[in-house]
Amino acid sequence: MKKIKKIKIIVNGKIRFIKEKTNLFHLINKLKIPIKKVAIELNQEIMNKKNLNKITLRNNDKLEIVHFIGGG
Amino acid sequence: MEAVKLKKDNLIIAKKKFRSRLIVGTGKYKTMSECAKAIKLSEADIVTVAVRRVNITNKKKPLLMDYIDPKKITYLPNTAGCFNSKEALRTLRLAREIGGWKLVKLEVLGDKKNLFPEMIETLKSTEILTKEGFKVMVYCNDDPLMAKRLENVGACAIMPLASPIGSGLGIQNKVNIKIIRSQTKLPLIIDAGLGQASDATIAMELGCDGVLVNTAIAKAKKPYEMAKAFKNAVIAGRQSFLSGRIEKSLMGNPSTPTDGII
Repeated sequence: MKKIKKIKIIVNGKIRFIKEKTNLFHLINKLKIPIKKVAIELNQEIMNKKNLNKITLRNNDKLEIVHFIGGG
Repeated sequence: MEAVKLKKDNLIIAKKKFRSRLIVGTGKYKTMSECAKAIKLSEADIVTVAVRRVNITNKKKPLLMDYIDPKKITYLPNTAGCFNSKEALRTLRLAREIGGWKLVKLEVLGDKKNLFPEMIETLKSTEILTKEGFKVMVYCNDDPLMAKRLENVGACAIMPLASPIGSGLGIQNKVNIKIIRSQTKLPLIIDAGLGQASDATIAMELGCDGVLVNTAIAKAKKPYEMAKAFKNAVIAGRQSFLSGRIEKSLMGNPSTPTDGII
């Protein structure tokens, strides 16, 4: 059986191993994150939410997923 | 007591009309539902919100957007907790990406203890954000010269502090606030430091266009009652300002006619 290769990424400061060639749209769905309520930054670059399925994640990618919380 | 509502006296910021002149923060509440209820009672049209990481591991954590509907209440993304221009710009660009928010509150702090604004970084950020199409409401010192410079680089509202954030000390420098009022036609909104409802009335009587309150409501012993008190205080202060106060006099002036005294 062919072994599935995994890559290491960092999501909101925490290490996570995912299948290689995972696209960003799939990852967000898998994490059950409501896309409409968040913004996503990949390696300090803000992603256009319409194009997430065109982004393939690479080893050592850094993701930040943010939303609104209470604040003054 | 129901305060009289003012008709056609809207707060206008970046060409957008708002009924209420009270802006409230959404931080420091015990629960999300307490926050939502206090906001409802305050009748505020604008609430400040912060941008933070999504909790990936705990999905059950309540989301602000589930309690306060951004279609009904204007979210004002804020850069609270940013200590330089780079962080502030990053935060607001992300906020815009969440759902197209262009009206934002810029707050760049310079000192972790007194939380005073770092005005050089604030000025720089205001200019960059304005060029990027943001409408920037700017938290600043009660310094008329800085306020003027912010206006010159495109700020859409000037938001001087009353006193340090969360201090509850009320307006410490009425003279400066009055000077800023006399020099600008931009919306002037007192941000930070108010402790009780009467502080909001004083701000409005000085001619400010609005006030922003968070801690004074969220940390009051009875947040719901305090939310209502601030609502009424802002209305009272605005009415008082528009009504034109009497001249001050060193000596007494009888209220009852002296003619016809027996």
